[in-house]
Amino acid sequence: MSTVVAVSRRSLPVGSVGSHAIGWWGMICAVLTEGALFGYLLFSYFYFAVQPRQIAFPPELPSLWLAAPNTVILLVSSVAVWQAERGARRDSWLRQVVGLGSGFVLGVIFVGVQLLEWQSRPFGLSSNAYGSLFFTVTGFHMAHVVLGLLILLALTVWSALGYFGPRHSAPISIGAIYWHFVDAIWLAVFFSFYITPYLGLRHGP
Amino acid sequence: MTTTELDRVPELAPRDYASPLASKLERLWATKPGLIGWLASVDHKEIGLRYIVTAFVFLLVGGVEALIFRIQLAWPNQHLLTPSQYDQLFSMHGATMILWYAFPVLTGFSVYLQPLVLGTRDMAMPRLNAFTYWVYLFSGLYLYVGLALGSAPNAGWFNYVPYASRPYNPGLNIDFYALANILLGVSTTLGSLNFVVTILHQRAPGMSINRMPILSWGTLTISVGNLFAMPSVTLAFFLLWLDRQFGTHFYSPPSGQPLLWQHLFWMWGHPWVYVIVLPALSMVSEALPVLCRRPLVGYTAVALATVLTMVLGFGVWLHHMFATGLPNIALAFFSAVSLFIVIPSAVSNFAWLATIWTGRPIFNTAFLFFVGFIIVFVIGGVSGFMTGSVPADWQLTDTYFVVAHLHYVLIGWNLFAVMGASYFWFPKMFGRMLDERLGRWNFWLMFIGFNVGFFPMHITGLLGMPRRIYTYPDGMGWDTLNLIITIGSYIMAAGMLLFVVNVFYGLKRGVIAGPNPWDAATLEWSTPSPPPPYNFVVIPTLASRTPLWEERLNEGPYRSQLSEGTPLDHGKEVLGTSSLDAQPNVILRMPEDSIVPLLLALVLTLLFAGLIVKAWWLVIACLAVGLALQLAWLWPRVELRERRP
Repeated sequence: MSTVVAVSRRSLPVGSVGSHAIGWWGMICAVLTEGALFGYLLFSYFYFAVQPRQIAFPPELPSLWLAAPNTVILLVSSVAVWQAERGARRDSWLRQVVGLGSGFVLGVIFVGVQLLEWQSRPFGLSSNAYGSLFFTVTGFHMAHVVLGLLILLALTVWSALGYFGPRHSAPISIGAIYWHFVDAIWLAVFFSFYITPYLGLRHGP
Repeated sequence: MTTTELDRVPELAPRDYASPLASKLERLWATKPGLIGWLASVDHKEIGLRYIVTAFVFLLVGGVEALIFRIQLAWPNQHLLTPSQYDQLFSMHGATMILWYAFPVLTGFSVYLQPLVLGTRDMAMPRLNAFTYWVYLFSGLYLYVGLALGSAPNAGWFNYVPYASRPYNPGLNIDFYALANILLGVSTTLGSLNFVVTILHQRAPGMSINRMPILSWGTLTISVGNLFAMPSVTLAFFLLWLDRQFGTHFYSPPSGQPLLWQHLFWMWGHPWVYVIVLPALSMVSEALPVLCRRPLVGYTAVALATVLTMVLGFGVWLHHMFATGLPNIALAFFSAVSLFIVIPSAVSNFAWLATIWTGRPIFNTAFLFFVGFIIVFVIGGVSGFMTGSVPADWQLTDTYFVVAHLHYVLIGWNLFAVMGASYFWFPKMFGRMLDERLGRWNFWLMFIGFNVGFFPMHITGLLGMPRRIYTYPDGMGWDTLNLIITIGSYIMAAGMLLFVVNVFYGLKRGVIAGPNPWDAATLEWSTPSPPPPYNFVVIPTLASRTPLWEERLNEGPYRSQLSEGTPLDHGKEVLGTSSLDAQPNVILRMPEDSIVPLLLALVLTLLFAGLIVKAWWLVIACLAVGLALQLAWLWPRVELRERRP
């Protein structure tokens, strides 16, 4: 004797809801592949760093005066975006707009400081292998920050238009995943280029 | 039904493809008539067929390229082609086959079949699906524009530096190749992302991960693999382009590292080998059992072996670099993994043999192709095992033995499976059968031509004939074998031509197939042939791996519910289910047809055209227009429940 299984008649949410949203899944996959991209970029950096000779790494240790505070700025921006996400879930228009807006402003400051950091370097993209690596890896990160800023800007405008609320917070969550990712990747880039020389990875000729 | 409904208890409806419900769904899902409608279509069946047709065109073009240089190599001291023309032709042949045919054709089958075998109505991101197709097409055209301008890649498809570096290769040849590859990489990555989400989020209720068709295991595995592998090659080509055009020092002396190219290239390249064979293997695992009238032997073992092969595939790249002077400990490790990977590959092989052995095979064309596939699979596997051993590789590397091995792998593991799959799924796609008599000729010409054409390459390789040479002197003992190889390649081409004839004949005159001509077990065969735009008039609920064979197999007390289900007709809707046990958890809204994916793909291609001629105003204009299009694409919409009304 066989039984035909019953069709589920549970009430289901309709549309783009939280972690059931297609965009949420898509963003997780995008972050995985972008994470792999930075994995290969940093692989290239360390590949050069462990070569026995002739690779021109700068003789002095990297200065942390700009990069360290800038790292803190970026991390604070993540907290702001996280607050915005909570704001949408609790139906607070103000927390959404202020959170996303201040995340955006902090991101712009990060980009500005990073431009100063680039200017303070005595070498350029085509000076030597280290210069190529430094500007390409941080350049890739900057490109991701700029894309993240465009996303935050769009989300700020949409929030201000009152598009989002407790049942319509998926776009903010999806954008937030990307922004947190950009920040997390910066920690890996920062650690590789600024901290490992202090830990004894090579610097100097 | 309101435009603001946020929750709904799904209704129930009977499965009837002639009901008013079916006509309503037809109106919702059908591609609009006219050229604009065709260009704007997001129907996965439409896009899947475009992928398959485009990939077959690239296959024929790449094949003709090979036929031209096989004439050059048929006799010693030929000068039909200059060395420079020969370099471009064999590089284009490799690139076309490996990048613009082998993977896209599998993508085409997956785009067409996955939503059908999973019991859903479209890919998770239909507009992205259209976008990835257009970008794939344009990247291929971009490469061939290079050829038309006399600037085709000329450093082999693997494109080693320093030969591919600017001082040794000053034209735009390599830049066309690098940028076309980055463009194709965008398409491949986004396509893979779409498959992962579709397979993990949109399976029919009850299709838990252990009831998923083996076909989906192949696609899911390589799509996840692609997410991790693709950035490597895209980055490798980007850094090469920077080196060539902006004076960076990644690969070029004095401080660059030429071997970094090989690392980045093969860290992608070897996983890629599995990416372009595993979905083909899983098509065989899906279709062969149907033709043997029994379920696949060892489903779980085959599924796990597929995943394990992909994982190990990330740990063998150094075996392409055994002769580059790397430390012995690295050689030993990578050699060991390269030999070990034979084990999961053999699992699938023995599962197919056991399926044939214990089944009642139907000896039709598709079956012949699958058996031919198993034979060349073993030969290609054994020669791979041989080159996985370091001492053997040092003798064989850069000889025709490697050419023989890689063609046994890529033609054997990919093309033979694709041919079998074409005979198997053609009736579903077009509602008509391919001709069996033509099919036999098609198979035997291809199988004999392939073995006559490629087996002797093992011998010329052992006799010391190097790869990539544009001609060779006589008296080396290679003459007769090379003539045989050329004859074989033309026999194989004749077989391929018969396939094209058969397709046109089948489209016009083929026997009407009906919904399930092979009496197969999986969901795609429960729909009409060809399937309507919405695939399933009601969403099925599954109780087993083989929903159409449950009565005769009688494996458990439960039966799948195919005769009634949720209609989901309040708009373009599909069911979202949980990843492991496929419990329904959301009703997803799908976007309508849109011209934006095509426009965005055009703008992206134009941007890459700007990059090659360094027209920065064009690049910036394309960036601005592209961002505006993306903003329009992503603007939250009430119909998709992305924002408050």
